[in-house]
Amino acid sequence: MLVSVYRYNPETDREPYMQDVEVSLPEGKDLMVLDVLNLIKERDQSLSYRRSCREGVCGSDGVNMNGKNGLACITPVSEVATSGKLVVRPLPGLPVIRDLVVDMGVFYKQYQRIKPYLQNATPAGGRERLQSPEDRAKLDGLYECILCACCSTSCPSFWWNPEKFVGPSGLLQAYRFLADTRDEATEERLADLDDPFSVFRCRGIMNCVSVCPKGLNPTKAIGHIRDMLLSRAT
Amino acid sequence: MVTNVLSYGRSGVADWVVQRFSALALAAYTVVMVVWLAVNGSDLTFAQWQGFIGQTWMRIFTLLTILALAGHAWIGLWTVATDYLKKGAVRVAFLGCVAISLFVYVVWGISILWGF
Ligand code: SF4
Ligand code: SF4
Ligand code: FES
Repeated sequence: MLVSVYRYNPETDREPYMQDVEVSLPEGKDLMVLDVLNLIKERDQSLSYRRSCREGVCGSDGVNMNGKNGLACITPVSEVATSGKLVVRPLPGLPVIRDLVVDMGVFYKQYQRIKPYLQNATPAGGRERLQSPEDRAKLDGLYECILCACCSTSCPSFWWNPEKFVGPSGLLQAYRFLADTRDEATEERLADLDDPFSVFRCRGIMNCVSVCPKGLNPTKAIGHIRDMLLSRAT
Repeated sequence: MVTNVLSYGRSGVADWVVQRFSALALAAYTVVMVVWLAVNGSDLTFAQWQGFIGQTWMRIFTLLTILALAGHAWIGLWTVATDYLKKGAVRVAFLGCVAISLFVYVVWGISILWGF
């Protein structure tokens, strides 16, 4: 099968280019895109990409495959290379360090900004802070995020203002702590988000929802944050 | 005022709310206009048109709609500019033109509505 891979080595290449490689796939087996990258790397050690768990848990191998972001390790080749050709590029919108490896700095900065930890100054009653099953259920669909950045790097609003718009991943996490009954910093968290960029740059395009490999829905979480901001203002 | 509107210090909620309410005003005005024109439009005279616009409620409604238009256009185009115009000078020039145009529309609108 013909595989086209984005290559860029800042030390030797003046600009990025697409490298076409013919890869022979084993008969009767549907490989994952990561397996194909591994096959290429066996022949050409210089190809760089991130991966770790190879089972959709660590979130390190987010790439753009035939135009759609996803995790290479759990994306079957047959699903993306429908025209018979596989095209692999780095996640869009972030600076490329080398080949498929991008600089996630600005993505993590937005994550750090929403203070992704429980804030509670009241001493816990017992050994731990208990929640009712109903309150715990409010965190479902939020806590599962693996920070792969597939969503934020498919979001046009994040492309245009990565420094100011928190992005779908960060906002999903922001809502995860806003929705947590044990967190006491709701007011501070909302105050930090009430500017025209952090939340309100979301245009409801829902690219984030369509790519999330964990099936999460950042747009819905963003809607909840907006409702909280609105009721806080009135 | 100028530093405020050109900078990032505004409230996102306020912008969002203004955008929704101004859209409602614009939609209501459009409906009134379309209906009135559908009823009276076939052989409209200037006197008829002037009589319609000259009513006090219509003057106030029109002025409110012009203000809504100015607010709506400003927030919308400011958003577009901060998304797509990355060069500071280009953005300021563009937003300057927008601000001047909207200001002219408002002043012109008032002079039309209350000038005759
Ligand atoms: S719904 Fe919002 S956050 Fe998601 S891709 Fe669209 S603009 Fe970005
Ligand atoms: S919300 Fe989904 S796509 Fe976005 S970072 Fe989390 S797991 Fe990845
Ligand atoms: S390698 Fe861990 S998610 Fe793909």
